[in-house]
Amino acid sequence: MATIHDVMPAFELFQPASVADTLSLLDRHRKSVWVLAGGLDTFDWLKDRNKRPQVVIDLSGVTELSGIKSTADGGLEIGATTSLTEIANHADVKAKFGLLAHAAGLVASPQIRNQGTLGGNVSQDTRCWYYRSGWTCYRAGGNICYADTPTSINREHAIFDASRCVAVNPSDTAPALVALDAQMVIRNASGERVVPAEEFFIGPSTDITRMTVMLPGDLLTSIRVPATWANAKFYFEKVRDRQVWDFPLVNVASALKISGGKIDQARVVVNAVAAHPMRLRNVEAALAGKTQNEETATMAGEMAVQGAQPLAHNGYKIPLMRNLVRRAIRAEATS
Amino acid sequence: MADNIPKKPDYKLIGQNYVLPDLVAKVTGRAKYAEDFRAEGMLFARLLLSPLPHARIRKIDASAALAMPGVVAILTGEDVPKPQQPPGGDAAQRPNTVPEVALATEPLYQGEPIAAVAAIDELTAAEAIEKIKVEYEPLPFVVDPMVTLRPGGPNPRAEGNIWRPPQVQEFKIPAAAVKDLDEGRIPFLEDTPIRWQVGDVDAGFKNADYVLDETIVHQSTGHQPMEPRTAMAMWRNGKLLLYGSTQSVARTVANVAQWVGIPEKDVVVISEYTGGGFGGKIPGAQTMAIPALLAKKTGRPVQMRISREEENYIGRARTGIHMRVKIGFRKDGRITAMDMCVIGDCGPYANQGDAGTVGSTATALYNPESIRFRGVSVLTNTPPRVSQRAPGGEQASTMLEPMISKAARHLGVDQVAIRKINAPITGTEFGPPPAAAAGGGRGAGAAAPAATAASGGRAGAPGGPPAVAQPQPAEQGRATGRGQQAAGQVPGQQPVAAAAPAGGAPRRAFFTSAYLREALDKGAELFKWEERKLRNGQRIGTKVTGVGVGVGTFTAGSIAMDGLLLVRPDGKLCVQTGIGNLGTGSVHDCSRVAAEVLNFPWEKTEVVWGDTSKNLAWSSPQAGSQTIHAHTRANHAAAMDMKQKLQEIAAKKLGGSPASYSVANERVSGPGGGLTFAQAAQEAIKLGGKYDGHEVSDDLNAMTKTSAAALAGQGLMGVARDNYGRKGNTQTWVASFAEIEVDVETGEYRLVDYCAVADCGTVINPRGLAAQIHGGGVQGFGQIKSQKWVYDQRYGVSLANRFHYNKPPTILDIPLQEMLWAAVEIPDPQTPVGAKGIGEPAIAAGAAAAICALNAAIGDDYLRRTPATPSMIMASLDAKKRVDEGLVTHV
Repeated sequence: MATIHDVMPAFELFQPASVADTLSLLDRHRKSVWVLAGGLDTFDWLKDRNKRPQVVIDLSGVTELSGIKSTADGGLEIGATTSLTEIANHADVKAKFGLLAHAAGLVASPQIRNQGTLGGNVSQDTRCWYYRSGWTCYRAGGNICYADTPTSINREHAIFDASRCVAVNPSDTAPALVALDAQMVIRNASGERVVPAEEFFIGPSTDITRMTVMLPGDLLTSIRVPATWANAKFYFEKVRDRQVWDFPLVNVASALKISGGKIDQARVVVNAVAAHPMRLRNVEAALAGKTQNEETATMAGEMAVQGAQPLAHNGYKIPLMRNLVRRAIRAEATS
Repeated sequence: MADNIPKKPDYKLIGQNYVLPDLVAKVTGRAKYAEDFRAEGMLFARLLLSPLPHARIRKIDASAALAMPGVVAILTGEDVPKPQQPPGGDAAQRPNTVPEVALATEPLYQGEPIAAVAAIDELTAAEAIEKIKVEYEPLPFVVDPMVTLRPGGPNPRAEGNIWRPPQVQEFKIPAAAVKDLDEGRIPFLEDTPIRWQVGDVDAGFKNADYVLDETIVHQSTGHQPMEPRTAMAMWRNGKLLLYGSTQSVARTVANVAQWVGIPEKDVVVISEYTGGGFGGKIPGAQTMAIPALLAKKTGRPVQMRISREEENYIGRARTGIHMRVKIGFRKDGRITAMDMCVIGDCGPYANQGDAGTVGSTATALYNPESIRFRGVSVLTNTPPRVSQRAPGGEQASTMLEPMISKAARHLGVDQVAIRKINAPITGTEFGPPPAAAAGGGRGAGAAAPAATAASGGRAGAPGGPPAVAQPQPAEQGRATGRGQQAAGQVPGQQPVAAAAPAGGAPRRAFFTSAYLREALDKGAELFKWEERKLRNGQRIGTKVTGVGVGVGTFTAGSIAMDGLLLVRPDGKLCVQTGIGNLGTGSVHDCSRVAAEVLNFPWEKTEVVWGDTSKNLAWSSPQAGSQTIHAHTRANHAAAMDMKQKLQEIAAKKLGGSPASYSVANERVSGPGGGLTFAQAAQEAIKLGGKYDGHEVSDDLNAMTKTSAAALAGQGLMGVARDNYGRKGNTQTWVASFAEIEVDVETGEYRLVDYCAVADCGTVINPRGLAAQIHGGGVQGFGQIKSQKWVYDQRYGVSLANRFHYNKPPTILDIPLQEMLWAAVEIPDPQTPVGAKGIGEPAIAAGAAAAICALNAAIGDDYLRRTPATPSMIMASLDAKKRVDEGLVTHV
């Protein structure tokens, strides 16, 4: 079959107005259904005819999926289709969970943040250009990784946890949510389950064709951010080629609880280095009880990159990740 | 010298800001671009692209596609006319070029169109394309010029891998030089197709106090205009109406005729608005033939929209360059010798002159006391290269300017001063010696900065081969015959001896005017260089500041085009112009000159453009920054002709001598009273002959004659060829200044401030000039910072096909504060209005200033290739030595 891109194939479009209707549609069409939120990940796939769902469910009319509200425990519950702009500008998010506001505000471009949703940002597929060009790689059901051959151009690819596939998770909000111990609320026709953000994202060794635990029929309805890390000392940074409209080469999200100059508790998460946001548990453990200073920061940076395996073109990610983690821990770091 | 500078005349329109007449249409969406046209019964076409980088098509089975409801026709390479081979010579001598056509039977790059389907809508066309079965015979391919040049490396075409005009031949790097490649160095190759020398290079190096020897790599980059090259075609009464996206209007007709295989008289090109081209749409595009031929086949109008991904393939690219350069400097910074070996990647089809232009640009930037140049254009199975904004000029500045900066730092010479001491001045000779320019060098594009002379400019006249894409080398004899002034002697510079003997022998090309020193001075003042350079290397936290200067230059104008004006009996002045409206505003800026000369209100001037059935004048291509020069001249000539006729009519009607009448305020008045323009137009029609266009000068181009004949009898006609002549070659310079802030822990950097000053002669439209200067600068930042062109060498396939992968610069990548600009504003003495082109050199200066500022912050030895990505900077700073991809391209 000859290939042509940039013409969206025909599909059946549903525009439900409630979560209940959405779930029943998902259940009915689970064999070939695509959930459309902001469309930023979706339309590439559809226009290039590389994903061909028979049914598309557009969530834009499901108003109950959008919005930010406070929870009884002092946290927030953010509807899955809340726009990234709204999150970046929301007073409560900024006041308590500046980490998330900061991360959301660095996604792509202002136009894309207006259109893009938090649920979409965390559910998005990888941006590996071999995979997205429609090559039948492992992730697409084939038996080769085109990004990991002697001639592959893999500057953007993984330095950790590669398992056949070397693609990375490109989300900016995902590491922030993992650092904040966010809980992902997933519903399907048979009920609701709540998955910690850290477990929501999966690597190729778990399932090489998916980036998250979401299965056909599932709908991410909201993201709960507990009070646990409210007003901690946060740091978020994203390094990219352009100042806008770019995925991270590497990003870092951290939350520190500090008393008397000592780090009581830490969360350090890095993305775009593996197929899932990487929570650096060893670093977190090592940081506990340490004085927040340059020495501690350097130790954290060095420890963060232990075991990294660069590909032909992404060796720079090791010093970059090391430096970003170091900066996240530094005393003078400001988010 | 100051005495030779013409005084700035007291203009009313020239030099004033104004609202472009097409502005409201553009901002309200009323402007119709190619994609906005619709016609009754119109079909839509889509393309089938080659998935392979090189293959022969054995068979195309479209039966299943054609059987689908709604599918009307398919077009393949078999249906597309082959443009004529240049005639003459025996078969063995004839160029063995493979002309690029709209649909290939032997695709030479992945993404090359091989078939098109016309259907009732795009969805049907796309589904039909998926049903087409193509049987390919895969052929050897290569996407990296350094791979094909190695002994035993594959060739991109059966005939070979380099251009040795007029032939494609095989060329391999000698075995002894392979060691250089292995160590990341380009060898100084012998026996390259382009070879020339000026002065004694060996002595130059012997006299040098400091010698640099570097290998530098410049990537290829896509043109990426905002509007893809969509076209719509329909046939009416045997004529083809082609609604397309093109930079040039008059100069697109011949090309469309060739690609479609019909006479030029049967082609009407309609292109009122074009969303940019940057060189990629100079004469339109081969793909225009597809809707034209499908429309003929189906008897219905056909529109073919081009997608962003398709634009990435068929939209062409800038030539990537590998350069080895040795530069010798005296203690004061003056360049005593340059030795260059330049390899250009020109894609699979035509020879593209960037490699040669890098050499002549070096002489136009630095006027070195001696220079030896070797260049070769290599073919690869990647999309065709074509002129992209300062082709060869941008690469020269981006690659050489950091070397000048490094030398200045080493020698303790100020960055502005080192550029001034090497700057050319009015009359300075440049480029290859005459023998090289007139001989083999000509075809190689070695003298590409030379502006279009009469013969070159008219090569695209009806009946001839397709219009040239960019200015051809000037006729050296012509320049010599008229140019008796001495070569420019710059204080602090020794005379630069041409290789050719002096005294009656042909001179090298020389500049009509050059005020780079003045641009540098003005820029240094505007940017507060002396104060700001103290911040160089300053570190706050992890951020280090760098400030840099960069200069760029490019050819800036052709001559001998036509102007055509008509005053209608209602008193309105019509400027009939064949200039394309490609976003620069030149179609209107040039028309202002006619109103200026006639002292006529701009509000009553009507510019007629964008449709070759509307009786337009022959025009230069909108390329090579020719237009503002060529068409201020041509409209000046036509307006002078009209003024003369107004005076004659008044004298005839009212008595007295023509000279006693003056033209102003829509009137011609003198001793016998006056006539309004409306009355004069009515008189002209009564008088007939030359006055109303029934008789025109024989030296006009055929297109202008046809247009004049059609307008004859409708009013008072002013029509003339620009016969002003000129001594020398017209060239523009831009001096740019940049401040950059680099985070040395991440490699990320941002442009903090930028300023640019142009030596482009008389300013016609300040606001338009600012847009060209800064638009070019911003595009330059993209060239060095983020824009990418990426291939997997195993499969020969392009990977960065989307904006988020190939990363052109955005509005948020430029400084937050207003970027300053200025012009030197010294008119060029060899042209009546004094304006020189500005479309191109600013990209070179912008890229150079930014990369020089970056080097000033991080050190001179980390960056030897573009784009200078954060990843490359991070890896190099971490390793404390340069870490990059070496000579490998398309990474």
